[in-house]
Amino acid sequence: MADVTFTVDGKQITAPTGTLLIDACRKVGIEIPAFCYYPGLSLQAACRMCLVRIEKIPKLQTACTTPVAEGMIVATETDEIKQARKAMLELVLGNHPLDCPVCDAGGECELQDMTFKYGAAESFHTEMKQHREEQQWSPVVYFDRPRCILCYRCVRVCGEGMDVWALGVQNRGVTSIIAPNKEDHLECEECGACIDICPVGALTSGAYRYKTRPWEMNHVATICTHCGDGCKTTLGLRSVDDGVEIIRGDNRDKSGINGDFLCIKGRYSFDFANHKDRLTKPLVRRPDGNLAPATWEEALDYAGKRLAEVRDTRGGASIGVIGSNRTTNEENYLLQKFARKVLGTNNIDHHRTADYTSFARALAGHQDRAASLRDAGTAPAILLIGNDPTQQHPMLAWNLRTNVRLNRARLYVANHAEIKLLRQARASLAIPQDGYAGLIGYLAGDDSALAGTESSAAFREVIRKEENLLILFGSEYRGRDIDALVNFGLGLPNAKFACLSDYNNSRGAADMGLMPDLLPGYQPVASPAQFADEYGNLPQTGGLDLIAMFDAASRGELGALYVVGSNPVSRYNIAPGALKDTFLVVQDMFLTETAVLADVVLPAANLYEKTGTVTNTYGDLQLVKKAADKAGVRSDFELIVRLADRMGANPKELVSYGIGMRADLGQSRGVQSGESDRHAVWLAANHLEPKLSPFDPFAILDEIQRLVPDYQVDRLALLAGNDERTVPPLVHIDNASSKTRSDGVLPAQDTLFTSGTLGRYSSILDEVMESRETKSAGAAATTSLDVST
Amino acid sequence: MSVQETIFTSELAARFDKLVTIYPLRRSALVPMLLYAQDEKGYLSDEVITEIAQRIGITELDTRNVISYYSLLRTQPAGRYHVQVCTNISCMLRGANEIFDHCKKTLGIGNKQTTPDGMFSLEEVECIGACSWGPAAQVNYDYYENLTPEELDKVLEKCRASVVQEGKGSQA
Repeated sequence: MADVTFTVDGKQITAPTGTLLIDACRKVGIEIPAFCYYPGLSLQAACRMCLVRIEKIPKLQTACTTPVAEGMIVATETDEIKQARKAMLELVLGNHPLDCPVCDAGGECELQDMTFKYGAAESFHTEMKQHREEQQWSPVVYFDRPRCILCYRCVRVCGEGMDVWALGVQNRGVTSIIAPNKEDHLECEECGACIDICPVGALTSGAYRYKTRPWEMNHVATICTHCGDGCKTTLGLRSVDDGVEIIRGDNRDKSGINGDFLCIKGRYSFDFANHKDRLTKPLVRRPDGNLAPATWEEALDYAGKRLAEVRDTRGGASIGVIGSNRTTNEENYLLQKFARKVLGTNNIDHHRTADYTSFARALAGHQDRAASLRDAGTAPAILLIGNDPTQQHPMLAWNLRTNVRLNRARLYVANHAEIKLLRQARASLAIPQDGYAGLIGYLAGDDSALAGTESSAAFREVIRKEENLLILFGSEYRGRDIDALVNFGLGLPNAKFACLSDYNNSRGAADMGLMPDLLPGYQPVASPAQFADEYGNLPQTGGLDLIAMFDAASRGELGALYVVGSNPVSRYNIAPGALKDTFLVVQDMFLTETAVLADVVLPAANLYEKTGTVTNTYGDLQLVKKAADKAGVRSDFELIVRLADRMGANPKELVSYGIGMRADLGQSRGVQSGESDRHAVWLAANHLEPKLSPFDPFAILDEIQRLVPDYQVDRLALLAGNDERTVPPLVHIDNASSKTRSDGVLPAQDTLFTSGTLGRYSSILDEVMESRETKSAGAAATTSLDVST
Repeated sequence: MSVQETIFTSELAARFDKLVTIYPLRRSALVPMLLYAQDEKGYLSDEVITEIAQRIGITELDTRNVISYYSLLRTQPAGRYHVQVCTNISCMLRGANEIFDHCKKTLGIGNKQTTPDGMFSLEEVECIGACSWGPAAQVNYDYYENLTPEELDKVLEKCRASVVQEGKGSQA
């Protein structure tokens, strides 16, 4: 679009035609205040704070609704404007309580900032302020009516942004209020966007309210531990007796892949970390058959000794390892290295929720065909087959809705269920639950593959005409179906793909080789290439997958099983007796169904309590930063290293620390005192920062980047908190062996309010589930009453 | 969005079916529908709101938002005769306050209240556009102008009588 040039406060600005004046000014650093304006949402012009003087227009104009025009001359900070803004503030403050000292928003309140700036502290109103009691609208959302300044941001973000439409404005004039959709409570997706977007403290969150003040927290930006989208969340932290506690999650600075979006899990469900059942002491099974607390020394010695015994007497093939889809890439990599190098086994697997192996195989050799999560927000056309992103990938759903709303993207949906995103779909196709494979055949031109109708023919027609199509598919597609799907897509110009899985680092677990037949980077175990050079002796026949391990255990053939951050006994309905002859070591936060069967339980840190990287389901690599801390737990990384050490392995061969570089900290005083910082940046950018500890995950990241070509991303950008693209592997996975390969995918079927075993320990998710159950039960009771009367 | 079982008379339901089709935006039919529904049912009950929201394809919350904006839309039953006395400036100068007080006294109810027999309800309203003939009042859709307390009594009496008449008519 053509650019226009105009003048603001004597400064020449050029911006594309159609840009709003407020955006154009903000872009060049001229701040125009606004309560109601919010980028990406519809325009409201309700708060009148953005008033500016535009030459030749008699009245002050709202910058949030004025598109820039050629030659426009604008003033944004004259006495007249200051006076106008001050007067607006006086009106807004007319009924606003002065409870800033106890208000959650105090210190980060936009109204407070404006009042400081324009000084409308004294009021000429003689009317009494009307107080209303605070209302609880849901386990998450509280509403403090007198604080509301009626900017309608919450109404718009809930309706337009979330497509939930749970908030509205009732009454008129000074009696206007924000109202929830079910008279006195909300029935919604509990995402908390309304709270986050509220410029004042009118909407507050059940999780955070009255707990602290914003300036008393430390803030660490890290990655959410729940679904496969991998949103960035900034955690508000506070020191407590037993470590550092998380009290808030948001992403107000809009950094990261998700902008300011977070769902209920990212925003509130970090509370599992403080659950009363959290393990903080190692447990060892005593001769009386009971698990009892033990010291770290005792537990690690015992576990290491027994694992070494099993390995030395029965061989590595009699040991199984089950990894996690929520641990970091470094931990996953280290775990498989430990399994293969120290235990000498390929019996390693994890709970798979998507068939990445087949996806990698299908995409091998094709450049730029794997989509990022960002692509869902910019692609001109999207085909969504299977999955229900609203429930399973809330950020993806947000991106798709936003893309349709703001860019008029064409969304095509094929699903067996009535998913919510059908509302945004340009065209849709209902297919039978077993019709996903057939759908691809049909799209590719085989009329017999699906019971076609006129509408399905039209659907096929538009899809096949699309250029730059983004194809998103759920775990309905596995194995050969993925090949067929990708082959079909490769026939369309510039189509990109993304495979949707269920957990935060499901992709990383597969990428890092938590697979019985594949090394990191999907390198077959039979041809270990660079891994053989690095690791030395490696078992070269494929190992047992997760199900086969438990089968072997029930036959008495599995001497030991090492489970890291996973609960297979519950997930796969394993009969508890199956493990009676197996020495079981479990690392977890809680005494799960698997952990209660263990001989040694090691209390582990969660993703918010460690550093490393994770890969979301689209292949975006992001940095995880240690935020919280809990006395008594250790990271899985440390536990693996310590266990290897107890088994007699050399930790330096597992994690290459303390070699190559000496800690050169530069000059710390005088004119060059900043040198140490600059030097550290340079070292980090060149993968040379000193690795002084055997528990330094970056030592393993170095190794990953050296051995797995897909992970060679810009280290400095990664450390700065950007999402970096991994590329699909260039290795060709052997087709012959993959024919008999079982994909082993078990979809987690999580909803917005569940998150596997972890979700069960989140009290906020529990509360939300409970309130929904009681409410629907209550509604059912009223209906039955109506019938009877 | 079609409705399987309507709570309205078949004539009104047919009218609604047409109404939603004649505007470029479906929801433009909302206010007229609410007014017609209120005329038929006396007020906008939860059932009315549910059905109208369904007919237009918006949320019930959205429907309530609009209802709460307009004072002439009500969610509580009014009397059979809804007496609306204007007390804006022209009427006020010509004695509207006395008329309103008189209403309160004769009917024995206050603003926005209904007589126990459900016959009358009273409301103080803003300008009804009869400034030239103030003080004025509106009873249901009929205007009564240049009112005095005596005139008003006659109006109320007429209302009572017509109900009695109707009652007789239906018995016969």
